[in-house]
Amino acid sequence: MEELVSIFVRSIFIDNMVFAYFLGMCSYLAVSRTVQTSVGLGFAVIFVLGITVPVNFLLENYIIGRGALAWLGPQFASVDLSFLSFIMFIAIIAAMVQLVEMLIEKYSPTLYSSLGIFLPLIAVNCAILGGSLFMQERNYANIGEAISFGLGSGVGWFLAIVGIAAIREKIRYSNVPAPLRGLGITFIITGLMGIAFMSFMGIEL
Amino acid sequence: MSEEKNNFPKEKLFSPKNKRLLSDPIGKDNPITVQVLGVCSVLAVTVQLKASLVLAIAVVAVMGLANVIISLLRHGIPPRIRIIVQLTVIASLVILVDQVLEAFVYDVSRQLSVFVGLIITNCIIMGRLEAFALHNKVWPSFLDGIGNAAGYGSVLLLVGAIRELLGSGSLMGYQVIPNFVYNFGYVDNGLMILPPMALITVGVIIWIQRHRDRALVDVS
Repeated sequence: MEELVSIFVRSIFIDNMVFAYFLGMCSYLAVSRTVQTSVGLGFAVIFVLGITVPVNFLLENYIIGRGALAWLGPQFASVDLSFLSFIMFIAIIAAMVQLVEMLIEKYSPTLYSSLGIFLPLIAVNCAILGGSLFMQERNYANIGEAISFGLGSGVGWFLAIVGIAAIREKIRYSNVPAPLRGLGITFIITGLMGIAFMSFMGIEL
Repeated sequence: MSEEKNNFPKEKLFSPKNKRLLSDPIGKDNPITVQVLGVCSVLAVTVQLKASLVLAIAVVAVMGLANVIISLLRHGIPPRIRIIVQLTVIASLVILVDQVLEAFVYDVSRQLSVFVGLIITNCIIMGRLEAFALHNKVWPSFLDGIGNAAGYGSVLLLVGAIRELLGSGSLMGYQVIPNFVYNFGYVDNGLMILPPMALITVGVIIWIQRHRDRALVDVS
């Protein structure tokens, strides 16, 4: 249990998707104009990461990893399909996003109307594929750890996008030099936020 | 397919229009500083020039080929499933690139870690396939792909060079700043190696570019 909490907190603050690895910057920059839309996109990312990381974990450990097919019989123990991982991961992500979209549309029309437009965007958000690739690289021991990593990364991304959206709403009233307006100042603020988040780095969990 | 009518079949390979496809994305229509696509990897891999160079070449290869393949298939792809077709094409090309990198430049491939895989979700590639390759002939699509990837690569190399020069005093792993400068008390700026400085470097590059070309200034 302690291990799970530690992975969760680590992936929110120390290995933050945006500030430490810059994943999902495209939608981070494009959708962070107002707090309301960024909250919607943030929740959608938490949701999709929380589902795709464990599913890809199972895929990695029971189908495409080195020796993962051993459960089929001893003659499959030496099969290594890991070169397929990119295409499988992206297929799973696209399929999951579609599935989630259909489920939400059926069971919660209100949630669908607020998240709906963001869901297709998420399939090509690098934070989602990045989550699965980091999961593969770090060799998490069991599915519980994969779930807590997925959710933690999602929450970290949520915090980052809501934070920058709040700052951008305020900065509209400031006198920013004209060439820096919009994109430039957003980059620099994100950099400063990243420096602030680096203060979590020394924490041992 | 309205754009296609403008492309006469006898058009020369490097007509002015085609040249513009190649050169615009490097300057005033740069995918990173103007269109803001594919920012993730620019920031993460630019600690050293060598890694930036390898990633830039990988993206040029993937993007040129992906644009050609999608352009060849453009009449056969049903619009409803085009995204998944594009993803599959890109992912297959990225697998090839990844295997080649692992075989020939193993240490750089370790250093790039997940970012080779993340070329798949690099928004520039998807963006150009959607916006250009689906509606244009093979040769212009190829030029457009190469041009955009080169625009992306040029920013990647610029940021990589600035960060490596100021952060470790070297370029491509070779020491550039001579020893006597260090003897006078010059110290490498360790901050430049840290991730957040990539963002600030790109921010400053955008600032300079928009200062020189006022047409790009964001009015909102």
